[in-house]
Amino acid sequence: METVKDILAQRNEIMKKSLGGIDYNAFEKGGLAFDYEALMKFASYPIEEVLRIQLETKVGNTPLYELKNLTNLVRKISSPGKGARILVKDEAMNASGSFKDRRAALSLFQAKKEGYRGVVAATSGNYGAAVASQALQRGLKCIIAQEVFDSRGIGQPEILEKGRKCEALGAEVWQLTVGPELFFWSLLLLKETGYFNASLYTPYGIKGIEALGYEVGIEVKARYGREPSAVLITHAGGGNVTGTARGLLESGCTNTRIIGVSVDLRGLHMASDNDFNRKSFTTGHTGFGVPFAVNPDRVDVPRNAARSLRYLDRYLLVTQGEVFYATELLTRTEGIERGPAGNTSLAAAIPLAREMPEDEILVIQETEYTGAGKHPTAQLTFSRKMGVEVIRGKPGDNIPGKRIVIPEHLSQLSYEEHSLDKLKQSYLEHTLKKNEVKKLSLSELKFLQEELKDNNNLVIDYLNSKGVMYG
Amino acid sequence: MIKSEPIKKDSYVEIKIILLKPEERVEGIPEDTRKVPFEARIKGFLVNDAYIGEEVEIITALKRIVSGTLIAVNPPFKHDFGEPVRELLEIGWEVDELWKQ
Ligand SMILES: Cc1ncc(COP(=O)(O)O)c(C=O)c1O
Repeated sequence: METVKDILAQRNEIMKKSLGGIDYNAFEKGGLAFDYEALMKFASYPIEEVLRIQLETKVGNTPLYELKNLTNLVRKISSPGKGARILVKDEAMNASGSFKDRRAALSLFQAKKEGYRGVVAATSGNYGAAVASQALQRGLKCIIAQEVFDSRGIGQPEILEKGRKCEALGAEVWQLTVGPELFFWSLLLLKETGYFNASLYTPYGIKGIEALGYEVGIEVKARYGREPSAVLITHAGGGNVTGTARGLLESGCTNTRIIGVSVDLRGLHMASDNDFNRKSFTTGHTGFGVPFAVNPDRVDVPRNAARSLRYLDRYLLVTQGEVFYATELLTRTEGIERGPAGNTSLAAAIPLAREMPEDEILVIQETEYTGAGKHPTAQLTFSRKMGVEVIRGKPGDNIPGKRIVIPEHLSQLSYEEHSLDKLKQSYLEHTLKKNEVKKLSLSELKFLQEELKDNNNLVIDYLNSKGVMYG
Repeated sequence: MIKSEPIKKDSYVEIKIILLKPEERVEGIPEDTRKVPFEARIKGFLVNDAYIGEEVEIITALKRIVSGTLIAVNPPFKHDFGEPVRELLEIGWEVDELWKQ
């Protein structure tokens, strides 16, 4: 068998063969800059075409519900006149049960069009089931590599369920132990099979989500005669934020605030064998959200099309206990059970709605399916087995990996504002170091300003403070 | 230990493969992860009769042949809904109280 080094040395060649016609070199603009919009144009389907392709394989056109009971309940604990309407886009109704079907739909359409016989995807999440489902419908073979177990062979119930679902949908499923070498193994599988790399981070993977943002924008405007004030988006790798924001813009919602939300798991190391099973959430948390925002090009394609700092207006953190509370609340007030990840933004929507006038609109842009393993009772039973304490109390007493605190009252739900400026500064620190920058060209400067949605001299101030020349 | 009957060929089984030994793992990962091998598990149909613990070949869902150590036959899905969680059950009545206010 080839070693990690052998495979990593062939990385560019394997990627190129497995990504159809995309020549990533063509988008490089010298130094650290590249032409992001040109990369996105590579998936040059007009939005109507994207919607049509998705409907062919049971994706999209999902219901947008107004959560009337929940909104009324929030108004009961808000000052008079406060308590925005809360809407949710029921993405669980897509073919395999999450918004990830949007991403897979376009990738698999493309793979088929380019004549590949199958696809490989490295993912522990809902995306595996999405790829497997779309592959079946397009008549393609499917291999999924997922990070499942710690070294004792113990896996989170949520990931075990995702594995089961991939197998049920006919995929060859490689269940791996903890570690970033998942990437190496998926490269090897790509090389061995010659299949398409259905990466989450290609322009197709993002373009598919634009349809979701677009549907939200069009429908809210048609029904309420106004744009949503804000859309809350659960943030892990950043594709959800990026695609939804782009789709909202395309629908003409230029004033809608883009709010990313993650579960706060700061302090737990994502590649740690010991920490792996001490978290109750397998996605939508800071362990992905922060590093992907700060260093997006850490993925299985040369340039990541998911770049959340280009779009985010705010980034909010909530605790695991608050998300479990919100999940239970959704069930008990609205009569629907939905899975964990989508409820991350629901948990932040509650305190946010309390601050906003009644006539404003807040949209939670996704739900995901629930079931064995992917359910609060399964997740909390497992956490207790792993030695994590589960109690009722103040959300502030939550400690990632040690204690999950389920709020005692609706009014205790809150969020922590994660400074976007700080994230942007980390991005700059990381990028300048990685590229060993001494002096920036004007085109590099412009690139950074676009990357960081900077209209406040943030980049210039940072460069000045570090004595980095530009121009 | 007395060896029982072997597992019959064509049974649905699970195998384990060590992909990387600890010393082959990549740089920059936490110490605890570096100490353990990087392993894979995969399921498929057994090519020949074999005992648990033996090196075997299987045919995967994509009809590819993969080899590794036989660890289980007809492995069950063990994930479930867990136990009822009192801390969540309580929320229903609390919501009723909120409506009354
Ligand atoms: C249901 C669900 N919601 C949200 C996310 C986060 O999306 P992203 O990784 O694009 O930020 C994921 C995947 O990680 C997911 O499966």
